[in-house]
Amino acid sequence: MLLIPCPWCGLRDEAEFHCGGESHVVRPPDPDAADDAAWAAYLFDRDNAKGVGFERWLHRHGCGRWFNVARDTVTHEIRAVYGMTDPRPETAS
Amino acid sequence: MPRSTYSALSLLRHGLTRHRTWRPAWRRPDPKPHYAAIIVGGGGHGLATAYYLAKTHGITDVAVLEKGWIGGGNTGRNTTVVRSNYYFAESGRLYDLALRLYEGLSRELDFNVMLSQRGMLMLAHSHHDMEFARRTANAIRRNGIDCDLLDRDAVARRLPLLDMSTDARFPVLGGYRQGRGGVARHDAVAWGYARAADRLGVDIVQNCEVLGFIVEAGRIVGVETTRGAIRADRVGLAVAGHSGQLAAKAGFRLPITSYALQAFVSEPVKPILDEVVLSPATGVYVSQSDKGELVIGGGLDLHPSYSQRGNLPTAENVLSGLVGMFPCFANLRLMRSWGGIVDVVPDSSPIIGPAPVYGLYLNCGWGTGGFKAIPAGGTLLAHLMATGEQHPIARPFGLERFRTGALVDEAAASGIPH
Repeated sequence: MLLIPCPWCGLRDEAEFHCGGESHVVRPPDPDAADDAAWAAYLFDRDNAKGVGFERWLHRHGCGRWFNVARDTVTHEIRAVYGMTDPRPETAS
Repeated sequence: MPRSTYSALSLLRHGLTRHRTWRPAWRRPDPKPHYAAIIVGGGGHGLATAYYLAKTHGITDVAVLEKGWIGGGNTGRNTTVVRSNYYFAESGRLYDLALRLYEGLSRELDFNVMLSQRGMLMLAHSHHDMEFARRTANAIRRNGIDCDLLDRDAVARRLPLLDMSTDARFPVLGGYRQGRGGVARHDAVAWGYARAADRLGVDIVQNCEVLGFIVEAGRIVGVETTRGAIRADRVGLAVAGHSGQLAAKAGFRLPITSYALQAFVSEPVKPILDEVVLSPATGVYVSQSDKGELVIGGGLDLHPSYSQRGNLPTAENVLSGLVGMFPCFANLRLMRSWGGIVDVVPDSSPIIGPAPVYGLYLNCGWGTGGFKAIPAGGTLLAHLMATGEQHPIARPFGLERFRTGALVDEAAASGIPH
């Protein structure tokens, strides 16, 4: 069971949230210029980190807002919570 | 070494000596410096690949490298269901190849895998579900695979304990059933392939973790392991949830996200359920093992994970779904629960094919459905590694489908988004 610190609502049960997958996936700036391989990599390929990974979460049954979480995928420890447009935080892994 | 076979006679013979004369079913060799082929991952898929490389293609200079013990990952952590009731023709060919091989596997391997084709029933809970069930059943039959549409009375006759009341949380209107679906003993599948592969000369090396790849001139020519460097002409990966980890060591990424999938086992009771039953509404499925335990599975945990244990909200969902279907099961106590790390792909179909790095071949992406596919995964990866060509059945499942857009989206077919 995770207790997730929503930046707006505080500590809440993970069942209130929806994990929206990996964060910091960058859309090719000019999609028309991206070839099929680059577009497929953007759509499908993931780091799938073992250890500290960076994810988008939605507080679906709460404030309804998105934010980023740095979470260890082995221990489930939450290392950092930060805004959607913030850069990846420094986390010791 | 004399070739002993498992039979009633051998059981009697060894029994007369108080079972002190049984020999280990496979050797524990030290790895050689070079092999014709290395398979990374000693689960069902890896062991089956080694077996078919030796048996079908005559390549016996093969090592299976397993970081723990064979069959200790997802092969020992699933709910033992086998079936081939998939929607698309490509998937039907793939999973029915596996089921047909399962049907002859005990004889082929001289090892009883305890295949029990008791039938697999998918429930329908609404008129929309029933329309979808009819469409799916027709598609499955069109794929040449057995499937029957059942009305409400037929379901009630097969499952007397199922809550058929109209005010049930998910009322039952009918379903569709594959009679050839069922269960097989998961450990026996790993052990049977291991024993048969070992007898053909395959080295099964346990406690040997692959740490990286040896690359020369852009080609993979071996692996670095906790037991030293081992070179090989070609390397196959069959490591399920850890595929992305090994891909990263070889310098490429995969369209895979790893999740924990939980399963649960109840205390044993007398025979009360002789079907595998799945409810698409709750994602819960259940069967009764030969020992009498109920084996229960459900949906994925809520977030990516490499931890081989489940989280509580999903356990609560699965068990409340089960009790909604079978109210009398509320009296049962659970004996065990566990989690396996499954490799989930966006289109819920496996990846079988060459990796982007020369000399490396992939068998991954089975998600929550790897066990049922073991004989096919082994056959197809062995064919690819032996011939360098994709087997016709494996052709739609190469990594290039994500670039071309020819996805095989099976999320709808199984009722569980794996």
